[in-house]
Amino acid sequence: MIFLRVASYAFRRQAAYRAAAASGVLTNTVFGVVRAYVLIALWQARPSLGGYHVADAVAYCFLTQALIGPVNIFAGGLDLVERIRTGDVAIDLHRPVDLQAWWLADDLGRAAFALLFRGGAPLLFGVFAFRLPVPGPLVWLEFLLSVLLAVLVSFGLRYLVTLLVFWLHDDRGIRSVAFIASMFFSGMVLPLVVFPGWLGGLSRVLPWAALIQVPADVFLGKGPDLLDAYALQVVWAVTLIGGGRLLTRATRRKLVIHGG
Amino acid sequence: MIEVRDAVKNFTIRSSGVRTRVTAVDGISFTVGAGEFVGYLGPNGAGKSTTIKMLTGILTASSGSVRVAGLDPSRQRTTLARRIGVVFGQRTTLWWDLPLRDSLTLIRHLYKVESRVHRARLDELTELLGLGPFLGTPVRQLSLGQRMRGDLTAALLHAPPLLVLDEPTIGLDVVSKATVRDFLQRLNAEQGTTILLTTHDLGDIERLCDRVMIIDHGRLAYDGDLDTLRTTVDAERVLIVDLERASPPIRIDGVETVRVEGPRQWLTIPRGLNAAAVVAAVARRHEVRDIALREPDIEDVVTRLYLR
Ligand SMILES: Nc1ncnc2c1ncn2[C@@H]1O[C@H](COP(=O)(O)OP(=O)(O)O)[C@@H](O)[C@H]1O
Ligand SMILES: [Mg+2]
Repeated sequence: MIFLRVASYAFRRQAAYRAAAASGVLTNTVFGVVRAYVLIALWQARPSLGGYHVADAVAYCFLTQALIGPVNIFAGGLDLVERIRTGDVAIDLHRPVDLQAWWLADDLGRAAFALLFRGGAPLLFGVFAFRLPVPGPLVWLEFLLSVLLAVLVSFGLRYLVTLLVFWLHDDRGIRSVAFIASMFFSGMVLPLVVFPGWLGGLSRVLPWAALIQVPADVFLGKGPDLLDAYALQVVWAVTLIGGGRLLTRATRRKLVIHGG
Repeated sequence: MIEVRDAVKNFTIRSSGVRTRVTAVDGISFTVGAGEFVGYLGPNGAGKSTTIKMLTGILTASSGSVRVAGLDPSRQRTTLARRIGVVFGQRTTLWWDLPLRDSLTLIRHLYKVESRVHRARLDELTELLGLGPFLGTPVRQLSLGQRMRGDLTAALLHAPPLLVLDEPTIGLDVVSKATVRDFLQRLNAEQGTTILLTTHDLGDIERLCDRVMIIDHGRLAYDGDLDTLRTTVDAERVLIVDLERASPPIRIDGVETVRVEGPRQWLTIPRGLNAAAVVAAVARRHEVRDIALREPDIEDVVTRLYLR
């Protein structure tokens, strides 16, 4: 299967940059520690804020650090943005294969590498350094499925951002809006459970919640039922990827490729 | 193999809110038959790449019709991609971080080439293009010439009857250029592959093509063989003379002094005149420090075409 190969090559491509992966692991872990102390201070001031205990908050913090890579939370768009800008997209468009499926396979390969080699370390460090409770194997499986769905939602979002960049002839503006939205509404900065009122409620059903808050809750055994959690992720994955498909067709029709 | 009729491509560009229309290809028509080796020549920005993109179905013509290998490129892009080979000289279809061999394997699956057929084809291309020493090297470490040979292989793995090349020799060193040219010539002569080659290097055309089409400002200015082109435009050779000291324009019968810059002068010699005789005449009457004869290049030829 061609897409399996694309995914495995994307995986290996990441592996070609070991130094980058290693420094990513280090940064994510160090920042995890810093954030953990901030959250500890917050929860000591407001115990059981948002239904979390201090241990939950610390675990949450290392979970988010572990998920940075797989859901590519800082990325904004796909590498495809750059390829559209330089005109290299001509190569992608010539290939006898579905553009979106190709990039999805590529992103899954990338995410698999990030999960294995960038996600594990911060999480393990957190567990040992802060003596966090470790869930049983079933919870790990449930968590992994939720991470997979999170990656699909993340791809759906970044693919749409990429096409929007193309349609609106704007790179930085759209990408920074996308970046800020994914930082705040994913629960990356603070768990969404601490946001009160309607804003909190809304933020917990937006697609960004499916990136970090939902998988973290699955791990911690918090938040909505497992099935509701999955349902939210599936609905957003299908909606966003489906939207991407429609927009791809329209884009192809008006696509203008830059440069020689 | 290729049939283009009155093809036009307009782009709308927006800069600071103002829309302007650029006509990159302005109504061109031509046909290319099976087995031909056609050069598509033109200065930068002439519309060559845009034409290639219409031929491959990546761009849709604004008006006019385009047919390649019996298909409508923009409607049957995927089917067409399996029947033609395309090389974009300034880009690569190879994966930057993977060894060349792995990229080629991925492309084999993309084009659904059987494993056995692939191996035979790859062996053949490896031999012809000398890929052996760098098949295992990551593409980002390849020289431009090696990468181009890799890209040629990628475009030909599925043995397409038509190969379209957009500036495949751009930026290559002399040796790589020669390798690529030799290879293309053999491909055309021995396997009968139809080739359309885009370039702004007149050397490519002189060395390879029976037929040349010249495009400028989106219009076809010439379609025919190279010799006829030469005589049609009667492109003059230019003699560059460095005198010992600045002097008034050199005057020799039949020769025109077109430019004077200090001690350096440019003389144009028409085709009919013997260049050696002109050189001798100059040397007899002036103190010459250096002298050089330049054959007409693409810019001269195109300029001439338009001055006619
Ligand atoms: N995507 C595009 N948007 C706007 N103008 C373009 C685009 N692509 C090409 N052009 C314009 O069309 C003309 C022809 O370009 P091109 O076909 O790339 O020329 P060549 O390949 O002969 O150098 C140029 O003036 C170029 O600026
Ligand atoms: Mg070009």
